[in-house]
Amino acid sequence: MVEAEDLEQRIRQGVGDVSHIVVNDLTGTKDHWEALIVSEAFSGKSPIEQHQMVYAALGELMAGPVHALALKTYSPESWAKQEG
Amino acid sequence: MEDTLQERIQGIIDNNDVVLFMKGTKHFPQCGFSATLVEVLRRAGSEFQDVNVLEDPGIRHGIKEFSNWPTIPQLYVRGKFVGGCDIVREMYEKGDLDAVLSPKEG
Repeated sequence: MVEAEDLEQRIRQGVGDVSHIVVNDLTGTKDHWEALIVSEAFSGKSPIEQHQMVYAALGELMAGPVHALALKTYSPESWAKQEG
Repeated sequence: MEDTLQERIQGIIDNNDVVLFMKGTKHFPQCGFSATLVEVLRRAGSEFQDVNVLEDPGIRHGIKEFSNWPTIPQLYVRGKFVGGCDIVREMYEKGDLDAVLSPKEG
């Protein structure tokens, strides 16, 4: 189990330049999560690289406490397009 | 990671054009994320080899190091890591997956 605030803080620190982040507990059990993250640090990176940056920020949390994490990652530019 | 494990994983990826490392099998997925990718590949009309990591603890652990990717499922096409559930599903929804799956001419 892990708290949403912990995930958000780890991602903000590890990824950096986070301008928008939403972390949702999908099941109410604090182990299945989804996160939407907008960061300038994602600019010019492939989706694989972007997700690897988030996984790296969460480190050992991915090896136990977080059973599942659905990710949506955007650079500010791609986020603006997404919002249309 | 042990060299032999690394070689085993590399061998699986080299010997199959499209490989899905997943929990369960394509006929009986045992995780929602794995089931999603099986369905995406089915809709995309792709033949693929499934590798059930639940039956092989070595691969289950090793595949996470192999691509520096801590989650399963993982999709590989012609030797290249394509992504996990979210990335592949998004490629499918955007219509980008066919180009990745179909062999390039010449």
